[in-house]
Amino acid sequence: MPYLRVVPQGAVFAFRDVSVSFDGVTVLDRVSFEVQERTVTVLTGPSGAGKTTLLRLCNRLEVPTGGTVRYRETDVATMDPLLLRRRVGMVFQRPTLFPGTLRSNFQVARPAEDAVYRTALDQVGLPAGWLDRGGDELSGGEAQRACLARTLLTEPDVLLMDEPTSSLDFAATRVLEELSCDLTASGLTLIWVSHDLEQVGRIADASVVLMGGRLVQGSLADSYLAGSVPEKGDAQ
Amino acid sequence: MIATAATYGYVGWLGLAASLVLVGIAVAISLWQHLDLERSLVWATARAIVQLLAVGAVLAVVLSPRVPLLVSWVWVAFMVVFAADTVRRRAPEVPGASRLALGSLTLACAVSLLVLFGLGIFPLDARTVVPLAGMVVGNSMTATVVAARRVVGELSDKRSEVEARLALGQSSRDASRPYVREALRTALISQIESTKAVGLVFLPGAMTGLILAGEKPVTAVLVQAAVMFLILGAVATTGAAMSLGLARRLFTPDHRLVRLARRTA
Repeated sequence: MPYLRVVPQGAVFAFRDVSVSFDGVTVLDRVSFEVQERTVTVLTGPSGAGKTTLLRLCNRLEVPTGGTVRYRETDVATMDPLLLRRRVGMVFQRPTLFPGTLRSNFQVARPAEDAVYRTALDQVGLPAGWLDRGGDELSGGEAQRACLARTLLTEPDVLLMDEPTSSLDFAATRVLEELSCDLTASGLTLIWVSHDLEQVGRIADASVVLMGGRLVQGSLADSYLAGSVPEKGDAQ
Repeated sequence: MIATAATYGYVGWLGLAASLVLVGIAVAISLWQHLDLERSLVWATARAIVQLLAVGAVLAVVLSPRVPLLVSWVWVAFMVVFAADTVRRRAPEVPGASRLALGSLTLACAVSLLVLFGLGIFPLDARTVVPLAGMVVGNSMTATVVAARRVVGELSDKRSEVEARLALGQSSRDASRPYVREALRTALISQIESTKAVGLVFLPGAMTGLILAGEKPVTAVLVQAAVMFLILGAVATTGAAMSLGLARRLFTPDHRLVRLARRTA
């Protein structure tokens, strides 16, 4: 599938003083950082740190209450959300295959010939002949790979991975990690939410540590990544 | 005996009192099985009698030949507003239920009554406007509640699927379509089943009333069939208007699914 594009190296996403509140509760507090081209940037931190919210800002499934999120130098608030979401694909925490066959799932992403769908299945290491299989016939790992194939059919520029391996066993986790990280070689940029520090070590080109809705850096971030900060630690 | 004293189409005060024996049976069953529904049964019965007597008194005025037809339409408007408020109370988890129900019920009334009177199926006068509109509003109200609760339930329970569709670049309209369709099917299916079973499993109200009032069965059947089709059309109209209107309301203009309250029942 063609992901190669002639693009300048630089920030794909730039977050500037981004805040999010739900019902008066601050979930993200003035977060600023950049995501570089063709890298795997891992958002990590304790539960409730705001990682998933931050990820969902990238494709406007959430909107910030303060600050700006820029995709390739354009404020996402000014972009057509439907076009943005086809450029910035997302794989969710649990496999979310729709009722029906894999073919009908793929048709939601992109109407195309079966040959295109077979290529997509092959790309994620699933048998090309599985187009008539129902989502409920697949294991968790296979279903998540089928979701990845479905997302890749929109030919995204960025992939948002929201703890996609949290319900998978180690073998399935490794398969998905390797598949996904290989995609950066063909031009994709990955933003991956994970609270598994071993996984962070395996896949991250860059890490963003969040605690209590704030981005932490320096020794506290290093301590967290080294596993010496308790899971429910808040921003200092 | 009270029953033999009755004539066709006439139930006197004694007849009404005698029919309370059946309520007594329901109360007895509740006591016997410890259902704790005696107070509810008595309250519902008392309320029904008072409400029906009040409505009867108002209808006596509204249906009088001396009263202009406009009064009937005012009565219909009152029914629609009251039904919309009932929808709001019966579906508290549905945002904007009252306003959406008001629009849906008004549309259902307008479409179905326009067909009935426009095609000359029934003559346009107070004696037809009020009861037919009552049929439309009463049946549509139930369908509206079912459709609204189902839309909210589907979009809430299947939020991850809906968001997966949105994340693939589908518009909110496309992303919600399978779930809205399911809700609308649920709202319509019971009415379709009733229509299929009519005459075989039960004799519906209008037909029963006409036969009890001494009308020929064929005449009663023709009226009943028209009323059934009226209800079917009205339920479909109001269910569709409610489902589609609600689905629009549950998404932001930039195609995000709003946060929904969980179903309480």
